[in-house]
Amino acid sequence: MVIKTLFFGIATDFVNTSETTLRIEERTTVADFKIILKNTYPSLAKINSYAIAVNEIYAEDSLQLKSGDVLAVIPPVSGG
Amino acid sequence: MKTSIKLTSAQLDVQECYRFVADEVCGGISVFVGTVRNDTKGKEVTQLDFSSYKPMAIKEMQKIADLTLEKFDIHKIAIHHAVGMLKIGAIPVVISVSAKHRKAAFLACEFAIDTLKETVPIWKKEYFSDGEMWVNAHP
Repeated sequence: MVIKTLFFGIATDFVNTSETTLRIEERTTVADFKIILKNTYPSLAKINSYAIAVNEIYAEDSLQLKSGDVLAVIPPVSGG
Repeated sequence: MKTSIKLTSAQLDVQECYRFVADEVCGGISVFVGTVRNDTKGKEVTQLDFSSYKPMAIKEMQKIADLTLEKFDIHKIAIHHAVGMLKIGAIPVVISVSAKHRKAAFLACEFAIDTLKETVPIWKKEYFSDGEMWVNAHP
């Protein structure tokens, strides 16, 4: 299945885009997805840590992705 | 409505946040106004650019408002945040809280801004005379 992924903050600089689509297997979890991300965009390793949001909600590593989900790479936030 | 949430590219209005929470049943209102500082670690900052994941940021701001109402004995809360390029002295964030008694208003206001800085997907980029840098990113 194909998953839409959004990038924000410093992550957009490292991947040179704010949005992409990635092909993933059925039953991929957020933890698996982070590995796919790392392999697709090695430059993301320059960020110490980032969270993944699925459909606009912070997601646990164990969450299983489904077709149509919108993922977001959330680097450390700095609002306020 | 006990909460007012706004994420906007327009200039924030402190009075609007004040008026939203003001009520006859309250004995005090606490307002936190964040402002753009002219330096970071001794280096002169010229402006800040705020960007957000807007739909998620609004959800997270609403969660904070709801949680703050739950945790503290307060009446109403407004959380407004600006996005876009802001100059020195401009206002990126306003949080106002009304309560029967001042202690709850102070504590709730502090809790809301502290939580916002940890969870709401908003990012700022600092601009210097010789370049720019994402804040907090530790690349």
